[in-house]
Amino acid sequence: MTTDRQRTRAVLLRAAVCTLLAVGATFVLDDYRNYQLAVVAAVFCATAGLTLLVGLTGQLSLGHAVLMAAGGYGYALTATPAADAGLGGPARFALGIAGALVLAGAVGLLLGLAGARLKGPYLAGLTLALVIALPAITTQVPVLGGAAGVGAPFEGVPDGLRGVVGVEQWHAWIAVLVAAVAVTPLALLRSGRAGLRMRAVHGDETAARLAGISPARVKTGAFVAGALSAGLGGAVLAVVTQSVSPGAYDLAYSLLLLVAVVVGGLGSIGGAAVGAALVVLVPWLIDTVVTGVGLPADLEQRLAGNAAVLVFGALLVAVTVVWPGGLSHALGGRVSSLTHRLRPGRKVPRTLTER
Amino acid sequence: MDRLAFLLATGIARGLVVALFALSLVIIWRAARIVNFAQAAMAVVAVFVGLAVTNLTGSFWLGLVVATATGAAVGYAVERWLIRLVPATTPLPGMIVAIGLVMVLQSAIGIAFGPRHRPVQAPLSEQPFVVGGVPVLSPYDLFVLLVALGVVVALAVLFNATGLGLQMRASAMAPEVSRLLGVRVPRMVTLGWMLSAAVAALAVMLLVPTELGLNAHSGDVLFVHAFTVAVLGGLDSPVGALVGGVVVGVLVSLVTGFLGAGFAPIAVLVLLTGVLLVRPGGIFAAKEARTA
Repeated sequence: MTTDRQRTRAVLLRAAVCTLLAVGATFVLDDYRNYQLAVVAAVFCATAGLTLLVGLTGQLSLGHAVLMAAGGYGYALTATPAADAGLGGPARFALGIAGALVLAGAVGLLLGLAGARLKGPYLAGLTLALVIALPAITTQVPVLGGAAGVGAPFEGVPDGLRGVVGVEQWHAWIAVLVAAVAVTPLALLRSGRAGLRMRAVHGDETAARLAGISPARVKTGAFVAGALSAGLGGAVLAVVTQSVSPGAYDLAYSLLLLVAVVVGGLGSIGGAAVGAALVVLVPWLIDTVVTGVGLPADLEQRLAGNAAVLVFGALLVAVTVVWPGGLSHALGGRVSSLTHRLRPGRKVPRTLTER
Repeated sequence: MDRLAFLLATGIARGLVVALFALSLVIIWRAARIVNFAQAAMAVVAVFVGLAVTNLTGSFWLGLVVATATGAAVGYAVERWLIRLVPATTPLPGMIVAIGLVMVLQSAIGIAFGPRHRPVQAPLSEQPFVVGGVPVLSPYDLFVLLVALGVVVALAVLFNATGLGLQMRASAMAPEVSRLLGVRVPRMVTLGWMLSAAVAALAVMLLVPTELGLNAHSGDVLFVHAFTVAVLGGLDSPVGALVGGVVVGVLVSLVTGFLGAGFAPIAVLVLLTGVLLVRPGGIFAAKEARTA
């Protein structure tokens, strides 16, 4: 038997090790790889929340990119005035992060309240309408800057570290640390009582209610937790790219996040990390190959963008049909084959959400 | 005032296409309890085939028939060779597979045909009739209106007045009991998919002449509006789809005409949020069983 305290300690230890490894990795990667690492960390913030939402409470959100966008806008809209007022360094960054949390949390709360009332397809429909309306909203609300979006202040390397790390590396550090702060609470939620409640609500709402759990509160809570984490991811992207625009957070991006959590393995934080890496690296790999083989310009143009979507779509279908546990289960199965033998009660998930 | 009448008329014509597509979503929900996110992409595949026939033979009507038939064939293929493999214990895997299918179909069409919109000529004039100095519907709009109404009536008769319709409804509602009573449930589900995909293909084929033309994403906006409509009306209700389709069509037309196209998605979102806040299961939804 593991107690709550032991479990918490295990999660914190794992988080610390992963964070240190990622920060260490920034020293061996070149500038572009560090940029990619930062983007992966940002996407991981979003996928970790989405995997809990879809995997544990069974709420399908097609608008998760909007929550990232909310975080990005929240960051840009608080950090930019702070920069104009002459504020700099950690204070400005903290203010921006607070802005990201407030805005993403507010949007998440609204969606969560809706999600608590709506059944699967209805929630999917509402989030779909929201993600479609995002460009229109940014055009109509003057402060959001329309299609061009808004800029975020440049976060330079602090004076003390200037000789040691480059800008890309510094941004990767920021991204990794923010991801650690965003995802660790989610991992704790997942392994603790809250996770159990989420599973109970998903499994049988009536039974959960009889056991004294409020499904509405659990569902809303899951949405808000996922939104806060996604908002931090959006803030990181705003720091790395120094801008936020609606074009970056369209429906296709929302679907990519969904691909990441399903392929990684629904409900698994490790799977969300693997998925985040996949959705950043696979399009880049495919583009590199496509431009590398020297195809006719016309074909190359048609493959650009489409080829990656094709691969992701096929993966989404294939994983759901033949491999419902996702990558995390396939990999985890190997690693934990020993523990598996010691805990014979553990069974292989047969459906997407059973774990 | 002229403007209002014109916008209302085009809104109703456009809304009936949306209603037709929403109806296809209702059919599939009734037959298989699934929201088919891939409906638009499947319909676009069928319309590509239909337009190839139109271009070969020069007849829009033949293309229309072929597109509808191809839609049914695509529905058959998707149900038999994909959806049947998906565990149906919860609605989630089905929705996710459908989303994967959208990505595959749209990117495959994009790779095969490129991003260009292929212009499609309407078979009837698109110049509006002028009634008392006010431009209203064009002959093509009128034709679309008649086809949409015809299909709605035919489907209502099929579902409510024939044995086949009863079997299809029974299979969706209580598959086990229906099987015991001798209904061939898998066949009914396949039929539902074919019917639904055929109606969707018909809707997209009717839509493309009035839009930019055909490419991989031609059905996207229609799908979003139709999905909104189906959700508004309650996924179970054909009447809801019809009423909701016209309401959303008119709303989008009026908002676009008076405020600008940029406001249309916001108006749809506001309408959807408002309705779902009051009636989480849609306006025409049947009352749900109480839980605890």
